[in-house]
Parts: sequence; structure tokens; C-alpha cells
Amino acid sequence: MALSQGIMAVSVPAAALLSASSSYSAARVQTASSSLPALGSRRGLAVRASSAEQSANFGPSSQKLWTPKITTNAVAAKQEAAASTGAKGPGHELLLYEALREGLEEEMERDPHVCVMGEDVGHYGGSYKVTKGFAEKFGDWRLLDTPIAENSFTGMAVGAAMTGLRPVIEGMNMGFLLLAYNQISNNCGMLHYTSGGQFTIPCVIRGPGGVGRQLGAEHSQRLESYFQSVPGLQMVACSTPYNAKGLMKAAIRSNNPVILFEHVLLYNLKETIPDEDYVCCLEEAEMVRPGKDITILTYSRMRHYVLQAAKTLVNKGYDPEIIDIRSLKPFDMFTIGNSVKKTHKVLIVEECMRTGGIGASLRAAIMENFFDYLDAPIGCLSSQDVPTPYSGPLEELTVVQPHQIITAVENLLAK
Amino acid sequence: MGSRVVQSSVRLASALGRGLGGGGGGVAVARGGGGTDRRRGLASEAAQQRRDSEKRVGSGDIRVDLLNPFELHRLHDGPATDVFTSKEELMQMYMDMTVLRRMELAADMLFKSQQIRGFCHLYDGQEAISVGMEAALTYEDSVLTAYRDHGIFLGRGGTTFEAFSELMGKKTGCAIGKGGSMHLYKRENNYYGGWGIVGTSGPLGTGLAFALKYQKKPNVAVAIYGDGAANQGQLYEAQNCAALWDLPVIYLVENNHYGMGTAEWRASKKATFFDRLSYIPGIKVDGMDAFSVKAAMLFAKEHCVAGKGPIVVECDTYRYHGHSMSDPGSTYRSRDEVQGFRKERDPIERIRNIILKEELSTAEELKKLDKQVRREVEEEAAKAREAPQPEEHELFSNIYRLDTGLVTYGCDRKDTIKLP
Repeated sequence: MALSQGIMAVSVPAAALLSASSSYSAARVQTASSSLPALGSRRGLAVRASSAEQSANFGPSSQKLWTPKITTNAVAAKQEAAASTGAKGPGHELLLYEALREGLEEEMERDPHVCVMGEDVGHYGGSYKVTKGFAEKFGDWRLLDTPIAENSFTGMAVGAAMTGLRPVIEGMNMGFLLLAYNQISNNCGMLHYTSGGQFTIPCVIRGPGGVGRQLGAEHSQRLESYFQSVPGLQMVACSTPYNAKGLMKAAIRSNNPVILFEHVLLYNLKETIPDEDYVCCLEEAEMVRPGKDITILTYSRMRHYVLQAAKTLVNKGYDPEIIDIRSLKPFDMFTIGNSVKKTHKVLIVEECMRTGGIGASLRAAIMENFFDYLDAPIGCLSSQDVPTPYSGPLEELTVVQPHQIITAVENLLAK
Repeated sequence: MGSRVVQSSVRLASALGRGLGGGGGGVAVARGGGGTDRRRGLASEAAQQRRDSEKRVGSGDIRVDLLNPFELHRLHDGPATDVFTSKEELMQMYMDMTVLRRMELAADMLFKSQQIRGFCHLYDGQEAISVGMEAALTYEDSVLTAYRDHGIFLGRGGTTFEAFSELMGKKTGCAIGKGGSMHLYKRENNYYGGWGIVGTSGPLGTGLAFALKYQKKPNVAVAIYGDGAANQGQLYEAQNCAALWDLPVIYLVENNHYGMGTAEWRASKKATFFDRLSYIPGIKVDGMDAFSVKAAMLFAKEHCVAGKGPIVVECDTYRYHGHSMSDPGSTYRSRDEVQGFRKERDPIERIRNIILKEELSTAEELKKLDKQVRREVEEEAAKAREAPQPEEHELFSNIYRLDTGLVTYGCDRKDTIKLP
């Protein structure tokens, strides 16, 4: 029980959990070719940071990106209130749902075509408070309280998006969007193609998913595995207030349909984020902690479990490289590939089920592209292929726990 | 008759007159909003009847007798019953419906000779709905339908060349050959397709109306579905939303009485569709009479634009072909029934009879016109047949808007296909 409590405490300072803060591999998005630059072109962390600073204009937005200071230890030597050195101002501290709210509010102010549809998003303020206060500010048309009719309001949003509106569809729980699967798969994802490029669907589908705290099977779904083979969709998963706000803004600005996966248990994560306007790149993975022994690929809530395990691993003398893949479709094979070429060992830690999950696809993709660089089979820790049980101890057994991550890393590095 | 300009391809005369994108004018087409003449201030029933009979629609001096009355649900007054038209409008309607009919027959031949593959749902028999509806709308209004969309595509200003190309999967198709029969679109004329799954037109069309109201435009969205789709849950959800927020959407039901092989009385407990909801008004219309459809759609548009919320317009129509080219259409209906409709209620015959009765043209001239249309449509089909196939890179284009730097691979993952 103690292990699973670690993430769930309110207002956990993210700085304590985060080892290295985000850095950005600049050149990747520009090139459309499949050849990855040789390792020698990157001289190490210092170069990476500065090259990120220099090439600030990339990705769908041309906002200048925030370059945080990179710390190389897994455990922060002292409580650094801000991993925000390098930012222009002192930054401000907020919780993840507030970061989502801030990003959404800024985009709604910026573009009158952005509107939100969902259950209880307006007067109630959102079931997770992401749209609190918006209805008073933006009005009922832009914060549309829909009836409980996922199939039709998702379809409505798609129809509205065809005409140029930019709806943000909120599923109160991601699992409810299964009722709208036809709309998301056939209409939203495929229309740009089947209309020969005539129509785009610039919508964002967002909501909390993942295994919560004893919410039961139907409310603990991981929909990223169901949507990943729909062509035309982009999928991203946020894990910290910083990338939550950045990805929300990028998703709204993108002209493709984007599914933004949030996690029920991460809404109260606290972090200091920059004051200035910033956008994260949708297709990019986040280097959380550079290392050289093994590449650990993870996303969403599992990132924090991995970081927790990393503390122990570092103390035992290992040097894991931790990457938050963030972009679930398409995978950032550039960042991932560079890491595999460096460490030669991969462990994927995900919350999806074993069968047909994101880990399964990522494994195949890495094997296909980087087989020659691997010294060991790719490890993958996923949830069990069972409906999530209500009972607490059983629920813990379905999901990956930090001690399992430690064991898996040790086993892989022993090979 | 007057020359019809064939630009690059055959287009409905109404579309030529209107111009692309909703502007234009010049051809004397009786468009939406023509002279309803209503007296005000009298509340009695008799006065109401007098009011109804004084409502008139259309400009011109030829009076048309509507064949069947309108049935109303939750409406105090209904569409105008005094319909007037002019020679130009009649000839244009005749021409447009003949083009539609010819196109569908040509598509039939092309399917049988395997130039068109997959699914092909033909619109012949239902021409009055497309032509009557377009006579009441402008291109600023949005239209969305299901898979029986060839007729609606042409009504919205699509050319037969674009349609044939798309049906044959050619590059010159409106969706670059990637959509096919069920995915015809014309964005500049606010025609939103063309959808394969039964019932999706409900929520999507409601979304179009939401966008219109959001952007405060004085237009309507028309969501077209059939008797088979009328039992979809998502339709009720969407109609509830539309009524709740007073969205300007006209739900046009093309009731051709068969959901593929299942007759309406075998699929629906209550086989009427305009009066299913107590909180959405409805009109039942003779869908084989283009003037009835036009009058009803004018009324419906006025209703929606006035902010009164959605309305259902059920058009009683018939399709001569089976559900699609894979369905002969004879296992669940008798030949007598189909022939009966052709003889008694054919929409083109109706217009022809009016033209001949009013002596606006002669039978020989109309026959010449038929031949001309047939020749031109078949020429367009032949041109489309010669058109090139889409290029290889089109397989991977338009999956995303090109702002992702996407790299794509061939099936064996060894070739990289660079997107242009």
C-alpha cells in the first residue's frame, strides 16, 4: 500500500520526483527523412541544452521554448523550488489540472473558434475542475454542457470542426468515449483522407483515463490501446503540469484531431511552470533523465513510478536513461532511437494492458528499426490483461509497481 | 430551350445559375424566400385557413397543383400550398432531374462493367428531393447526407466529371479517388458529404447547425437520413441536443420505405418519422413532387432561421434500384410495385406533364433534350474513364495535415515514402 500512496499525496512537489527536467532535441522535427544522425554529432548534455535554446522555432508553433537547467542526479541534492532556472521570470507554481486550465483558457482567449463540449463542463466547472470559471467568462455556447450522449456530442463536435470551429471534447472519463468510438475512428480520424484533403478536423479529445484508486473496471480504462491504430489521429499523454499545459495548447493549435490522455491520479501534481507563453511539440518525447545503462520508456502516471524506482536504482549504482515518450502516436523514434543506440537495452513501462497496448506497438517499432543496436530483448512491463478489480490489493497487482521496475532493470542489466 | 453552357463538365443548371460558393445569380431561378404573402392580426380558425391559402411560394405565373397535402405535426400552420412557377424554373428542374437520372443510369452500367467497384447506392427515383431542396436553399446553407449521395452532390454544384472520377477511383475525383461512392464532398458549396455509417448524419448535421448558430450565421444545416437510420440511438441524442439549444437544423428523412431489404413496417414499430418526437415539429411531404419538397423546405428554413429550433421534414419517396448495386431490389418488393411508382409517381414525368400541359415545350423537343443530356453525361463518364489513377504518394497524403513531419514506410518497412 505504501508504494502506491507515493504518487497520490496532494501537492507533491514535482521537483523532488523529477531528476532532470525536460530538454528538447531540436533538429528532429525538421527532418522528414528516416536517417538518424550519428551519435557523434551530439557531444553531450551541454550541447543539447544550448542547441535547444538556439533552435527555438520548430514544431507546429513557433513559440520560444523554455530550457530548464538539467540536473544529472536522480535524487535532488536539495529541495529546489524551481527547476525553472533559465526561464525568464520566477515562474508560478500550480497543480496539473490548473495547468490544463491555464492552457485551455489562453487558447480560448486567443482564438474565438475554440470551444469546449462535454458533460458538466460549463456551470459545474468540469468534473475535475479543468474548466472552472470558464462558463461565466466565455458563455454557454463556448462551454457547452451536453446531455449524457457521447456518441452524438462527439459527432456534433466533428461536424462543427468540419466548418472551422476548434472544439475541445471532454470525456468525463476516457472510458465513456468508447460510446463514441465510431465517431472518433470513422468520422474524426478518417475524414481528411476520405475527402481527399478537403476537410480537416481540428478537434481535441481529452479526458482522464488510466487506473485510479479503486474506481472499478469500467472507470479504469486505458483507451490509448484502442485508438492507436486509427489512422489520422494523433495521441499524446501528459504527465506533468509543464507538459500538460504545453500539450493542451499544441493540441488545440494543431489542425489534426488530437487525443490528449490525462490521468485521474495526476491532477493534483504540483510544479512550477514558466510565466511566459510556451507550447510543447506534439510529436516529441521528453528526456527526463539522461543515462547510459538502459533506456526506460514510459508515459503518463508510470513516469512517476519509474522515477521513484530510479532513486533506488541510482543508489544501487545504475544509470538509467528515462524518456517520457509523451507522443503515443506517432512515436518519437528519433529520440528513442538515439537513446537505444547509446544504451543498447530497453525497458518499456506502461499502464496499458499487455495485449495490444502501446508497449506492444513500441516494442515492435524498436525491434524493427534498431534490432542491431539491442544487446537484450526489449523488456515490457504492462498491466495485466484483466478488468481492473475494485479491491485495493488486487488493483495493485494489476498495475506495474516500482519494485517490479527495479527488478526488471536489474534483470535486463544482468544479461 | 436556350443553351446550357457546359464548362468543363456537366453541372446542374441550378448550380450554374447560382455560381460556385453561393454568390452569383442572373438566371431566373426561383430561389428560396420567394413571395410568401401573409396577412396579420386575425386569430380565428377561418382566418387561419384563409391565411394558409393565401401563402404563396415562387415567382412566375404558372400555378402548380400540389398532388398531396402536407401532414403537420406540432405545427399550427404549414408550408404554402399556392405554388407558382415559371417556364425557366420548370425547364431547369426538368433538366436537372434528367441529368441526375442519367448519371445514376450511367453509374449502373459502369458498375456492371466493373469500372465502379465496392458499393454504389443509386439515387434514381429520388431526384425530386435533391432538386426541390436546392431550390429552397443557398450554398451558404450546409447539407450533409449518408451514402446515397450522388444526387445531393450534383445538387450542391458538383460536376458529373468529378462524381464519375471519384466513383471510378480516379485522381480527378472530388476526393482524389480516396473516398469512393459514399464519400463525395464539396467544401466550397458547404456540402459535407457522403458518410458510410448509417445514422452518423444525425450528430454530424447537428454539429453543422451548432457551428452556424455559434458563428451567428442566418443559415440552416440539413441533415439527411433514411427510414432505416431513423431508429438509431445517436439520432435521438442529436435531436434532443438540437431541440435543447434551438439549433437551426432541418432533419430531412428520405423515406423510401425500405432499409435495404427490410420494409419500414418490419423495422419500426411506428413507421412514420416526422412525428416521432413530441418536442420537434414535423412535416410529411410528397417526396416525388419537387414543388412540394421546395415549399416544405422553404417553410422549414424560415422556421429554423427564426430561431424556433429543429424541424423534421419527411419526404415520401422511392428508389427504383435496389439498396445498392449488389442488391437487385426485387427479392423484397414486387415488380408491380416498382413499375407502379414509375408510372404513377415518377418525379421527372410529373415535371414533363406540367411542361406539356402548359405547352411550354413539345414532346419532341423534350426528347431531344433527353438525348442531349444522355450524350453529355456519357461523354463525361468516358472522360472520367480516361482520367489517371491517383499517384502512389497519395496513399500516405492527407492522413494528417502536413505539420507533423511524418515519415511513412512501405509495407515491408524498407522503403521510405517521402511526402511531397
